[in-house]
Amino acid sequence: MSGVRVLAGTKKGAFILSSDGKRQRWEVSGPFFGGWEIYHMKASPADPNRIYASQSTGWFGQLIQRSSDGGKTWEPVDNKFVYEGTPGTHQWYDGTPHPWEFKRVWHLEPSLTDPDTVYAGVEDAAIFRTTDGGKSWHELPGLRGHGTGPHWQPGAGGMCLHTIILDPIDPQRIFIAISAAGAFRTDDGGVTWKPINQGLVSNFMPNPTAEVGHCVHHVAMHRARPGILFMQKHWDVMRSDNAGDSWHEVSGNLPSDFGFVIDVHAHEPDTIFVVPIKSDSEHYPPDGKLRVFRSRTGGGEWEALEKGLPQRDCYVNVLRDAMAVDALDSCGIYFGTTGGQVYGSADGGDSWNAIVHDLPAVLSVEVQTLA
Amino acid sequence: MIRVVLPAHLRTLAKVDSEVTVEVEGRATIASVLDAMEARYPMLCGTIRDHVTRERRPFVRFFVCGEDWSHDMTDTQLPDAVTDGSEPLLLVGAIAGG
Repeated sequence: MSGVRVLAGTKKGAFILSSDGKRQRWEVSGPFFGGWEIYHMKASPADPNRIYASQSTGWFGQLIQRSSDGGKTWEPVDNKFVYEGTPGTHQWYDGTPHPWEFKRVWHLEPSLTDPDTVYAGVEDAAIFRTTDGGKSWHELPGLRGHGTGPHWQPGAGGMCLHTIILDPIDPQRIFIAISAAGAFRTDDGGVTWKPINQGLVSNFMPNPTAEVGHCVHHVAMHRARPGILFMQKHWDVMRSDNAGDSWHEVSGNLPSDFGFVIDVHAHEPDTIFVVPIKSDSEHYPPDGKLRVFRSRTGGGEWEALEKGLPQRDCYVNVLRDAMAVDALDSCGIYFGTTGGQVYGSADGGDSWNAIVHDLPAVLSVEVQTLA
Repeated sequence: MIRVVLPAHLRTLAKVDSEVTVEVEGRATIASVLDAMEARYPMLCGTIRDHVTRERRPFVRFFVCGEDWSHDMTDTQLPDAVTDGSEPLLLVGAIAGG
C-alpha cells in the first residue's frame, strides 16, 4: 500500500512522520540526534531507504548522517567540507572583504539516479558533491570561483546556499540559490556557473537590478517543466519561463510578497503554494492568521487557504526549506513552523491538519512518497 | 593509558558510555591525545577541532587536574597524573545557547 514519510528537521533533532496513503493517522519517530540542529534531511529518489541528514551545533560543528534503512538507523559519514584552493573573500555586512569560512550544510540534494551521489549547499556559500555515499565531499569550485564571488554578501541568516534543483531532463543542468547573492545555473554539470537574476529588483541594494546581491529565499520547479521556475525572494514572488534567464513578478494579490517557502503541486505544474510573512523585521503571518496561498495560474492570482490553520494569534514563521509536496493522486502538501507544528493537507491545500503540534522549531520538511 | 571524558553529545556520537581510553606513543600532549582519539573514533573528527586548522572549536574547553588547558594544546606535556591514568583529561562543552 502506498504511503508517505515526512522528514522534519528541527532545532533540536530530526523526526520522521509516517502514514499510509490516506494520510489521516500518523506515526512519529524520533527525535534522532536529539539536541542537534537538523537543517535538512532528504531521501534519495533512486533508493527510498537511503536518507541523508545535515546535523550541526555551534559547539561541535557539522556532521552528515546517512541511513540505509529508511531512517531506522543512522551512521555518521564524512564531515570534512574544505574549499578548493585559496578560499578568498566575499563581502561582509559592512562591505569589507571577509574570508570564506565553512559554517554548516543547509541543504542536501541527492542525485535523481544514484543513491551515492549527493550535492550539499553550505554556508559560507558553496556547493559540494559526494559520489561515494558521503565518504568524501569535494567542492564544485566553479560556482564560488565565479567572477562575482567577492561581491556576494550574507543575508540575515548567513551567506547560505540553500536551494539546489537538479534538472530531471538535462543531467548537466543544476539550479542553485544563495542568500544574498541570487540564483545561478550550470549547464555543464557544475563546472561553470552563471548568475540568472535578470528581472529581479531588490530596492535595498545600491543598484536594485545588479547582476548579484539579491536575497533569494527559495526556488521551486515542477519536474515536468524544468524550464519554468518559481521564486520566493526576500520581497516579491517571481517566475521564469526560460530556465532563469529572465524573471517577472507574480506576487499579484498576495497580502505580503515576503516569505520563505514556495512549492509546486505534484500534478498541476501551474499550481503553486506560498506562505506570506510580514516583514521587514516581524517575520510572522499578517494579522496573526496562518494562511497558505495557492495560485492555480502559475502566479498572479492567489487564493487564501485557511481551513484547519490557526486564524488568530498565530505568530510563527515558515522557513525556506520547510514545505514539500507528495506525489499521491491527491497531492499532499506539508509545511513546518517555528512553533513546532507540521501541517499537512491531503487534498491539494483545501484543508489542513496538524500532524504534530509541539516539535522544536521546524527548520526543514521533505516528504517521500512510498510505493 | 590516558582516560578522556567527553561531553554528552560526543559520547552519543562515538557510541561510548562514559570515559574513553587511548594510548599515545611518545610525548603526550592534548594534541597527541586528540590524534589518538580521532584515530580510534573517526566520527569525532571535526567536532573538537577544525579539520584544517586543527584549532580547538571555540565552545570546547580542555581541563587537566582542575586547570584550564584550553590554550595549551600542543606544546606542554600532560602531567603524570593524566598519563598514568589516575586523572582524566576533561573535554567540556560550554554551557551556553538555548
